[in-house]
Amino acid sequence: MAFSTPPYVLGPGSVRRVMLQVLIGLLPGIAAYIWLLGASIVLQLLIATVAALAGEALMLWLRGKPQGLFLSDGSAVVTAWLIALAFPPLAPWWLIVGGTLFAIVVAKHLYGGLGQNPFNPAMIAFAVCIVSFPALMSQWPALGLKLTLVEQLKFIAGLIPRIDVMSGATPLDALKTALKLGEGTVDVPTLLATQEVFGNFAGRGWEWVSVGYLVGGLWLWQKKIISWQAPLGFLGSLFLLAAVLWIWSPQQFANPFFHLFSGGSMLGAFFIVTDPVSGSTTSRGKLIFGFAAGVLAYLIRVFGGYPDGIAFAVLLMNLCVPLIDMYTQPPIFGMKNER
Amino acid sequence: MLQHLFGFKGGVKPQTNKAPSVQQAIGQAPLPERLYVPLHQSIGGSPNPLVEAGEQVLKGQLIGGADGWMSAAVHAPTSGIVLAIEQHVAAHPSGLPTLTVVIAPDGRDEWIARTPLDYRSLAPERVREALRDAGVVGLGGAVFPSHAKLTAASSVAVEQLVINGAECEPFMTCDDLLMRERAEEIVRGSAIFRELLAARRVLIGIEDNKPEAVAAMQAAVQRLGEDHEVVAVPTRYPAGGAKQLIRVLTGKEVPASKRSTELGVQCFNVATAYTAYRALAYGEPVISRIVTLTGNVLQPRNWEVRLGTPLRNLVALGQPKADTSSYLMGGPMMGFEIPDLAAPVIKATNCVIAGSPTLFPPRPPEMPCIRCGACAEVCPHELQPFELYWFARARNFGKTQEYHLFDCIECGCCSYVCPSHIPLVQYFRFAKSEIWSREREKQAAEAAKARFELRNARAEREQAEKAERLARAATTRSSERKPASVAASPPVAVSEPGVASAVASEPAIAPTPVDADALKKATIVAAMERARAQRAAVQPRNTEQLTPQQQREIAAIEARRANLQAESPPDAVNQPRRAAE
Repeated sequence: MAFSTPPYVLGPGSVRRVMLQVLIGLLPGIAAYIWLLGASIVLQLLIATVAALAGEALMLWLRGKPQGLFLSDGSAVVTAWLIALAFPPLAPWWLIVGGTLFAIVVAKHLYGGLGQNPFNPAMIAFAVCIVSFPALMSQWPALGLKLTLVEQLKFIAGLIPRIDVMSGATPLDALKTALKLGEGTVDVPTLLATQEVFGNFAGRGWEWVSVGYLVGGLWLWQKKIISWQAPLGFLGSLFLLAAVLWIWSPQQFANPFFHLFSGGSMLGAFFIVTDPVSGSTTSRGKLIFGFAAGVLAYLIRVFGGYPDGIAFAVLLMNLCVPLIDMYTQPPIFGMKNER
Repeated sequence: MLQHLFGFKGGVKPQTNKAPSVQQAIGQAPLPERLYVPLHQSIGGSPNPLVEAGEQVLKGQLIGGADGWMSAAVHAPTSGIVLAIEQHVAAHPSGLPTLTVVIAPDGRDEWIARTPLDYRSLAPERVREALRDAGVVGLGGAVFPSHAKLTAASSVAVEQLVINGAECEPFMTCDDLLMRERAEEIVRGSAIFRELLAARRVLIGIEDNKPEAVAAMQAAVQRLGEDHEVVAVPTRYPAGGAKQLIRVLTGKEVPASKRSTELGVQCFNVATAYTAYRALAYGEPVISRIVTLTGNVLQPRNWEVRLGTPLRNLVALGQPKADTSSYLMGGPMMGFEIPDLAAPVIKATNCVIAGSPTLFPPRPPEMPCIRCGACAEVCPHELQPFELYWFARARNFGKTQEYHLFDCIECGCCSYVCPSHIPLVQYFRFAKSEIWSREREKQAAEAAKARFELRNARAEREQAEKAERLARAATTRSSERKPASVAASPPVAVSEPGVASAVASEPAIAPTPVDADALKKATIVAAMERARAQRAAVQPRNTEQLTPQQQREIAAIEARRANLQAESPPDAVNQPRRAAE
């Protein structure tokens, strides 16, 4: 026998299986994305995947690690997909490639590779790119903009000048900008009702992408790939904070549902704050991690300088994970009454 | 009979594979040509051989006497001739040899005179001794001497006696068949345990995937008019772990730092209850046990096998298939690979599984931990195995203890679910053995230091006593000399007649005390000086003659002392706590 340590039987789990299930969990959101914005996202996913695998292969080679084993574990693909979905869909190819390579090479392998990164690689990529290329990173296509697939591809390839067509911003950005420019003369309900970028309960169309992530996330929870603590903490705090401010001044603050279904809330709740490697590991820790990330995300998104705050919120919370884990160790079997 | 069940957190549900070996009744394994009965078959002291090579023994004859209280006797499994008492390979993962009584059966299988004990009229102490002398140990696999568990804690009455028929390991069915076929004896044995512990309730826990066993036990309880409660518990590994079963049946959680009797509960395996009853009611010591033989064999079955039967003879009964590549003893979750089929069946042998590459495929390559927490999810002791793994890997043993390493029962659930296929239990065993060996080293070093200091103190005391003795002797001598000096004073007196007359008239009272005192003082000083010189002369020789081992110990002590002085305040967290905790 090739090994002689108990247990001699193993469960069906493997890292590859876990990663594969995360990818499957992303599919409903991707489907909504394609339905709303066209198939260009598939190209972005592909570009990111190739870049991630290339970066992974290079780093594995440099580090003298077995290529086949780690390239096929699926972790690089998950990072790649999250980057592709977090970036504007018509972002030029080099932005996605650059972001992905940074995530894989710096955020993952320079920290020791799979399982060792203290920060979420996809969020590092997002943060680096939004700091470095704020304009490109905030140009989201308006949904009214009906682009053909060829046109979309040309945008991604950088063949069409971008400025004149990129009319849209994200709903979050649109709201923030309008409120800022309006200087108190405009109020949120009117904006939400009149502007075309807003839909039934959040950004037009984007709300359905969010619903897709929600569905995929619930499926992951049901499959026990993720636990409920981090998503609930995250969405809960986002909802609570938004609700409190909305009740206090509905003219000035958007309603909580708008926040839950706008920007990266759902993607963040089910696919980012649930990252096992960079997140907290204890049950209470996950709740705290998600809750604090939700608070930070709201504050950055509403009061901060960036349209959405998920990336910075998660990265800031990644820093706190060792501390959270240390103070949330659960009592063990037989010691519950002693604490 | 409504019994509220408590859950235990964690656990896994591996394929049970129990069906193949329950198709036939327990078979009687034939007598092998040679029996290799190891003397040490239980936790505790190693029994002393009571027979010699060439001696004729009878079935059930005591061949190894319990060594001390925490030990259990060993008996001849059949009548025959003792060929040798020698080192023979043991049924242990290491395959190291152990002192073994080799018996050539004579085929007559002739019993010694069996004397049933009327355990009801005996003092509990006598019953416990009888159990020890019959070699009754925990047959669930832990082989803990049963008599040692049959004393209640002085302060806590035993509320529940748990009889463990859960049998949660996959493949294993020996307890299942025993309960189906010999339920009455188990119930009677449980009643004896109950009396000894004065337990209020008896709870017999059986996993609900053994309905026949549950029914048989219930019927036996009713037939015998006992009020034992037979409880079907949910099938989930490790429901048969003593602490898990206690939790499920009573809601009590026994931490590693406590004995279960301190919480008013005690737990025995069904087979243990069975052998205890046989031992007391029939005078039959433990000379055989039920062993499940299954896995990659044509004839999976349970056999009643004589202890000492070589595993080779046992596995032949199952007709292993051609692609059999290994044999496991115990279940696939906690068992071990048998290094040599020459090793014999012992009291701990509950199951032998023939393995093949298809049955137990090689473990996939180990990947890095991704902190997914699946291990923590399934840990029945609610530990954080991945944290323990990081600390064990980093050899941060203080931290492993802080994270309750010694509460790990090595059930293997974490390794089973780990998506990175990390052999977590191995890391924990490594950490435990490192801590134990360091603890031993530390104790040895401390003992050496204590010895060394004691020797120095003794030497000093002896020197001081010697000096005192010398001084006393000198004083006596000088006082003896005094009359002589008085006698010899006339010449002095001649030179100073005036004084001499005074001296002569008042014989030597004034000057003598002065003289004696000074002399005494001088003698003591000289003796001390001599002692010091001697000590100085002795000490270097003392350190020169040390063995390398002692030198290492002293060096270690010095290093630790230096360390302790260097790091102040000492980092208490990183000091290994007592391993026994």
